[in-house]
Amino acid sequence: MSAPDTPSAFASNAITRSLVRVLRSLAVLRESKIAIAGCTLVVFWIAVALLAPLIAPFPPNAQIQPFAVPLAAAPDGGIFLLGTDQLGRDILSRVMWGARTVLFFAPLATASAYIVGIVMGLAAGYFGGWADDVLSRVSDIILSFPVLVLYILIIVTIGASGINIIIAVTFASAPGVMRIVRSLVLDLRTRNYVAAAQTRGESPWYIMLVEILPNARGPLIVDSCLRIGYVIITIGVLGFLGLGLPPPDPDWGGMINESRALALAFPHMTIIPCIAISSLVLGFNLLADGIREVSLHD
Amino acid sequence: MTEQAMLGEPPLADAPLLDIRNLSISYYSRAGEIPAVIDFSLRLDTSEAIALVGESGCGKSTVAMAIMRYLGRNGAIVGGQILFKGRDIMTLPAHELRKLRGGEIAMVYQEPMSSLNPSMTIGDQLIEVPVYHANASRQEAYDLSLSALDDVGLPDPTRVATSYPHQISGGQQQRVVIAMALLSRPSLLLLDEPTTALDVTVEAGIVDLIASLAAKHQTGMLYISHNLGLVLETCSRVNVMYSGEVIEEAGVDALFDTPRHPYTKGLFDCIPLPDTDKIAKPLTPIRGQLPLPNERPKGCNFAPRCDYFEAGTCDTGPVSLSGDDADHHVRCTKWMTIDFSAESVDEPAVAPERVASAEALKVTDLKKYYTIKDRSIGALISRRGAVDVKANEAITLSAKRGETLAIVGESGCGKSTFAKVLMGLETPTDGEILLDGQPIGATPVRHRSKAQLASLQMVFQDPNETLNPSHTVGWQIARVVNRLSTEYGTREEVANRVKQLLELVKLPGDFANRKPRQLSGGQKQRVGIARAFAGNPSLVVADEPLSALDVSVQAAVTELLMDIQREHGTTLLFISHDLGVVRYLADRVVVMYLGRIMELGLTKNVFAPPYHPYTEALLSAVPIANTRYEKKRIVLEGSPPSALNPPSGCSFHTRCHRKVGAICETELPPTIVTAAGHSIACHIPADELSTVDPVLSTAT
Repeated sequence: MSAPDTPSAFASNAITRSLVRVLRSLAVLRESKIAIAGCTLVVFWIAVALLAPLIAPFPPNAQIQPFAVPLAAAPDGGIFLLGTDQLGRDILSRVMWGARTVLFFAPLATASAYIVGIVMGLAAGYFGGWADDVLSRVSDIILSFPVLVLYILIIVTIGASGINIIIAVTFASAPGVMRIVRSLVLDLRTRNYVAAAQTRGESPWYIMLVEILPNARGPLIVDSCLRIGYVIITIGVLGFLGLGLPPPDPDWGGMINESRALALAFPHMTIIPCIAISSLVLGFNLLADGIREVSLHD
Repeated sequence: MTEQAMLGEPPLADAPLLDIRNLSISYYSRAGEIPAVIDFSLRLDTSEAIALVGESGCGKSTVAMAIMRYLGRNGAIVGGQILFKGRDIMTLPAHELRKLRGGEIAMVYQEPMSSLNPSMTIGDQLIEVPVYHANASRQEAYDLSLSALDDVGLPDPTRVATSYPHQISGGQQQRVVIAMALLSRPSLLLLDEPTTALDVTVEAGIVDLIASLAAKHQTGMLYISHNLGLVLETCSRVNVMYSGEVIEEAGVDALFDTPRHPYTKGLFDCIPLPDTDKIAKPLTPIRGQLPLPNERPKGCNFAPRCDYFEAGTCDTGPVSLSGDDADHHVRCTKWMTIDFSAESVDEPAVAPERVASAEALKVTDLKKYYTIKDRSIGALISRRGAVDVKANEAITLSAKRGETLAIVGESGCGKSTFAKVLMGLETPTDGEILLDGQPIGATPVRHRSKAQLASLQMVFQDPNETLNPSHTVGWQIARVVNRLSTEYGTREEVANRVKQLLELVKLPGDFANRKPRQLSGGQKQRVGIARAFAGNPSLVVADEPLSALDVSVQAAVTELLMDIQREHGTTLLFISHDLGVVRYLADRVVVMYLGRIMELGLTKNVFAPPYHPYTEALLSAVPIANTRYEKKRIVLEGSPPSALNPPSGCSFHTRCHRKVGAICETELPPTIVTAAGHSIACHIPADELSTVDPVLSTAT
């Protein structure tokens, strides 16, 4: 028998515990075919992104031979499996390196939107009154702008760079997260364990973060999977509009943009990055559906 | 004759209304097949009322669902037959089944609000029944509906018919649901805990109605309940279920007077009777807990908890129902040899003299109003924006150290608001609260000192909400130890204290590593008690700590709470609607109605004449699970008025059966105080109230 947990003992082995817990809950996903499909797609792209330096057949920015069709032979004896673009860069290698960009910025931007949204939602839901009024109205105003216009406005104002993508996504997505968190808190704060925490004199932020937030995680995990998908689309759109990462580094949205004038003559140049974006977004959406499905049956 | 051939034929004339033979039902889940009901047999005739009694999870509702063929996708009948008027329900085609459901078999559920469609008027919902099942015209259907509403005792059926469900009270809603069930002239009525969601005084009226139904409408009734007292008032036969099996089946009188199964006997020992109290005859809880359906023992399911367990006899194989007469069956191998009367009768303990001790709590003229703001434009124009809800009005009471003070009343009487104000979760509008001589009323919980917080703790009602599902039990108790006491510094000291607190509530120390979902309801409530006592409080407020628990668990938690209280000399403020438990454990009782104190005094004085008329009605409404008692029936009219618009004068005058006249409607009643410190707020003089017959009498 191990010693009972105390708050400090809990912290020391928290990492091992949460790792085990994450693995165990992932194992439950086997029950849903949708979740398995989603997981496969997402894990595939994560693997591609991690291994890009090892498995990409060419350097992503090397201009070798323009306008090669898929499966064409490369001058040095290799094969352009997915062809090359108008500057002669290997599309397969660029898609692989592009996965690194998108899988770095999308989760980071989503996490940042979540941190801001959760703090706002907790405060609005728990304190109520004027705090709720102010935060809710601010988020209403942000949400009432068309998202695309909002992104363009932000990026044009503060300039195109990785960090600014994160800022733009946070600004536009945090109000949505806040609404979900707020409605969950409105329900959870009436629970007796919250009253019990109050009667032992806990501070409001302790109650929000330790007593309430962990119990809101179910809906938030599902929503975060969906939201990562939207953010991937957003990053693609920003790249397409030329507001994403500055060239020449590979970026899926940018790849579509650069080749769109030639799309009729060389469709592979646009279609392949499109497929990359859709399959990754589809992966996250299926994963969200799967998690929801698994959490419903017992 | 094959079953296929039987289908088209008219119901057999001599077949019983409902004949269930050796029914077994299983659910399928991640863990595999889970048997929910095993070898269930029942015969129900027209005009007969049979009860199905058992604790939660015993399979009683599953039986009702199976009769309607409502088992979900994960449930299936794996053996046996359900014959309704001689026809096998399992083989009925879909269109016949539709005619049966809501037509020949009707069901009344626990929660009336969710049985009615909130967006249709009650009339429209009722009309559907005869239109669909009897091809009646809308006018005929409407007339039938009105007479059905009249039948279930609703005043002014036309007004009810044009109302929406939210416009009538919970008791009226349940009457509407019963009227709807009766409209199709069903030959079988299934009632699944029909009064559990209602207040006692409202319940009493519904129980009277149900008891008259079977004879009046020639319907058979299957009454599912966890409350033995209610069963005694409504049914002629009882099936007691335990862990999926019927363990005893008999006529009501036989079962209540001479229970034969140790579980049935145990259940009765868990219910406090009017002549028992905590010192003379403590309750004897059933030890252990209900086995999980996939962890049932071999042999008798009750064996691990049974005092009469005998290895080799009780744990060998499935036990079947047996009995020496056709009317009383027991699923026990040893029932012939068990003699419950041979149990050792302990010498009644003598109540320890209560030393007149200091006042722990003193509340003076406490008021708590909630202001409801009307933000509509109309309200802005007429400048009548705010309405006060008077949740607590002029509450004055005190509790001595080590005493148990009970607050009783129906939902909406302000008892939980009082608890919140006391805890500092709400600030009072006016009045003073002294805890150990220190004023705490004006200090919200955030600004209370560590000592004040530690000395006043609370046990909550719902075991599923009392613990945070995200943290382990040990972590949650340790947090309280760290916050509220200073003497445990190191991690080991705190861990030891947690273990000690778990032992205090009779839970094993390794429960500290468990998450709340791994605990049963009773165990969660024990952890809640351990948490409340972690800071050595001088006053513990327990807000309905038992009402969500099963009978056998209730007894165990009650005894535990009282043991700890006695040991620590803690003052206990026990808030409850259950007068049976209150009579059993309280030293003094406060009866509240619509935010006001109606009666206050020593328990024995409150439960005997002179009564406040409301106390008298409450007492008569509480069902008692014993055939020895006879009680006066006082059924109150209507339901408690809204606190938004309380009646003038005495707030009880709208429902009072002893109203003396206009004075009750215009003037606040004076508080009569008798010599024993017993106070009653009523216009009727104490002498006159003293001449009232006691509600309960022992049958001779």
